[in-house]
Amino acid sequence: MRVIKDNQIIEDGWQRLETVEEDQPLPEGDIIIPFRYWIEHHNELPEREGQLAVCIDGEDETEEVARYLDHFPLIALDFPAFKDGRCYTHAHLLRERYHYEGELRAVGDVLRDQLFFMKRCGIDSFALRSDKEMEDALAAFNDFSVTYQTAADGAPPIYDVRSKA
Amino acid sequence: MYQYDEYDQTIVNERVAQFRDQVRRYLSGELSEDEFRPLRLMNGLYIQRHAPMLRVAIPYGLLSSDQLRMLGHIAREYDKGYGHFSTRQNIQYNWPEVDRVPDILADLASVEMHAIQTSGNCIRNISSDQFAGVAEDEIEDPRPYCEILRQWSTFHPEFSYLPRKFKIAVTGATHDRAAIPIHDIGLYIVENDKGETGFRVIVGGGLGRSPYIGPVIREFLEKQHLLSYMEAILRVYNRYGRRDNIHKARIKILVNALGPEKFAGMVENEWEQIRDSVLLLDQKEIDRVKAFFTAPDYDLTAENDTAFEKHLSADKDFSDWVKRNVKSHKVPGHRVVYISLKAPDVPPGDCTAEQMEFIADLSDRYSYGEVRTTHDQNLVLSDVKQGDLYELWQALKEQNLATPNIGLLTDMICCPGLDFCSLANAGSIPIAKQINEKFDNLDYLHDIGEIQIKMSGCMNACGHHHVGHIGILGVNKKGEEFYQLTLGGSSSNDAALGDRLGPAVAKQEVAEVIGRILQVYVEQREGEERFLETYRRVGMEPFKERVYATEAANDDEVRAVASH
Repeated sequence: MRVIKDNQIIEDGWQRLETVEEDQPLPEGDIIIPFRYWIEHHNELPEREGQLAVCIDGEDETEEVARYLDHFPLIALDFPAFKDGRCYTHAHLLRERYHYEGELRAVGDVLRDQLFFMKRCGIDSFALRSDKEMEDALAAFNDFSVTYQTAADGAPPIYDVRSKA
Repeated sequence: MYQYDEYDQTIVNERVAQFRDQVRRYLSGELSEDEFRPLRLMNGLYIQRHAPMLRVAIPYGLLSSDQLRMLGHIAREYDKGYGHFSTRQNIQYNWPEVDRVPDILADLASVEMHAIQTSGNCIRNISSDQFAGVAEDEIEDPRPYCEILRQWSTFHPEFSYLPRKFKIAVTGATHDRAAIPIHDIGLYIVENDKGETGFRVIVGGGLGRSPYIGPVIREFLEKQHLLSYMEAILRVYNRYGRRDNIHKARIKILVNALGPEKFAGMVENEWEQIRDSVLLLDQKEIDRVKAFFTAPDYDLTAENDTAFEKHLSADKDFSDWVKRNVKSHKVPGHRVVYISLKAPDVPPGDCTAEQMEFIADLSDRYSYGEVRTTHDQNLVLSDVKQGDLYELWQALKEQNLATPNIGLLTDMICCPGLDFCSLANAGSIPIAKQINEKFDNLDYLHDIGEIQIKMSGCMNACGHHHVGHIGILGVNKKGEEFYQLTLGGSSSNDAALGDRLGPAVAKQEVAEVIGRILQVYVEQREGEERFLETYRRVGMEPFKERVYATEAANDDEVRAVASH
């Protein structure tokens, strides 16, 4: 998968399966499967080579995902349309409330002009929509040098910044 | 008023640069129409019937004279020489060019203004009481809390793609002049039995297709928890608000579907987990922001003036204006002055560049250089000495700004309607004109007294028609404009949604029908009863009967009026 990570464009081994056929074995390698599939099958998944990650979307409950965080080196957050903002809350809660330290990856309708907000909510890799130029999108992280609120990126609220200035 | 520091200024400057780049990418085809839409909307830029419309934020309705001058400059330089003050206390320009909007934003940034989050599915401009800080009935000035909320909500990373738009209003007075219960979140500053001030929290009010008066979900919220509680409400909404149907996406639908108790329970559960986090508001921070809203150095000799009384008794036009447009002030010898943007021959809320500059100068001379906008689309000078009122009135008259009609029939709330808005089904401005032409006798208007007509050109209800004492909703029936009337609404402390009068009436009959409604009121009123009180006492029947029992108006006079 080609993604933006740590302000660079990298290619890594993760492969996302948007759906998994019920009676087919999972492919080899590092794969991202739907969280619902994992919930239904994780007790019966055969031993396999490669890492396993899940993809969640706005319909999933963060609290349920949080019960299994130790299993996942990566959680993908699906934005079916960039206007669907539910995964911002997922990301915030996974980082701030459940202290998830693995990778949070935005997938789906991921566009340059939302990257700044996504990063602030704790998302740290970005699979840009395939028709968009990743090189151009890197600039988005520098859109703002000042922010007002605290967020999962560790920024203090502006009132703390002011009182220490 | 609040002054930007380097942080605030950096944010608006960087916003200008960001938007300039987004416009460049849009014009070069790099961004599609669909991709650009939410970006421009979050900067208040709509594509409308004739041209783009740009909405500029006026946080809680407060402007310095320099800011108002700049709004005038923008009207002249980038538009057709006027602007339109909206029901969210903002200003809208109807004719800017898309490629010049970045320059407009840069001009705004030079006077600490912006168009951030004036549209889009995000937290909009926080609105408030136009008498904040000077009202006699005020428990505490709401503006510091509005400013704290403004900063918290600006580019909030988690809440910038909500299911739908989100409007917050705050008042610190006992009399509600800010339409609190029709907001997504409405906050009343209240005092508890220990004499501490905090907030009564209302969630899920709103108009549009499914109007609701919002329920109280918490009777008393300590001030230090303001931000964490807001964050809890927004988080519950962002997670569970409907996204499958734009007409059911506002928080009012969620609150109503769950029931206020269950919704409140979810908010409280979320809040428990974040209430003592870094979101806790330090009293030091509250005090720091409060220091921007201290009272001016009032002239305490102002009440010794005797000329005011003399002018009142000598000049009936002046006393009519004072009676309607001048309100009491907490400091002796001072008054709050409404500048009516409802002159009979002007679309409600419109103001020319020349008028804006003129008002800015008047505010420097008479009111410490500040001007407020109101949700009913007028302007206010908040701190005028009584001895200056006569001079001020004469000056306002020169610019057609002294129509003595605040609170009267012709002080209508009106959306831009079919003339400008691409959502509208019917015109509103022509109806306002029709009403102004029929009811042009000032003595009659004064006799009818306080009455609110609110008018929307479609069910999105930008003109707040549900909560008008008389509400007017434009509908389209087979290509023709018709108007649905409601009676008995209110957005104040006695908030209520109006009741439907009956079948919609034809365009040319609206003023005539209002005339009949007022006849019934005049016949039925007891003592000093306002229209709303009479309606609530006698009910719909007599009004309905008078309007529909007699043949609908088709006399030449009414037609002549309507065809203007």
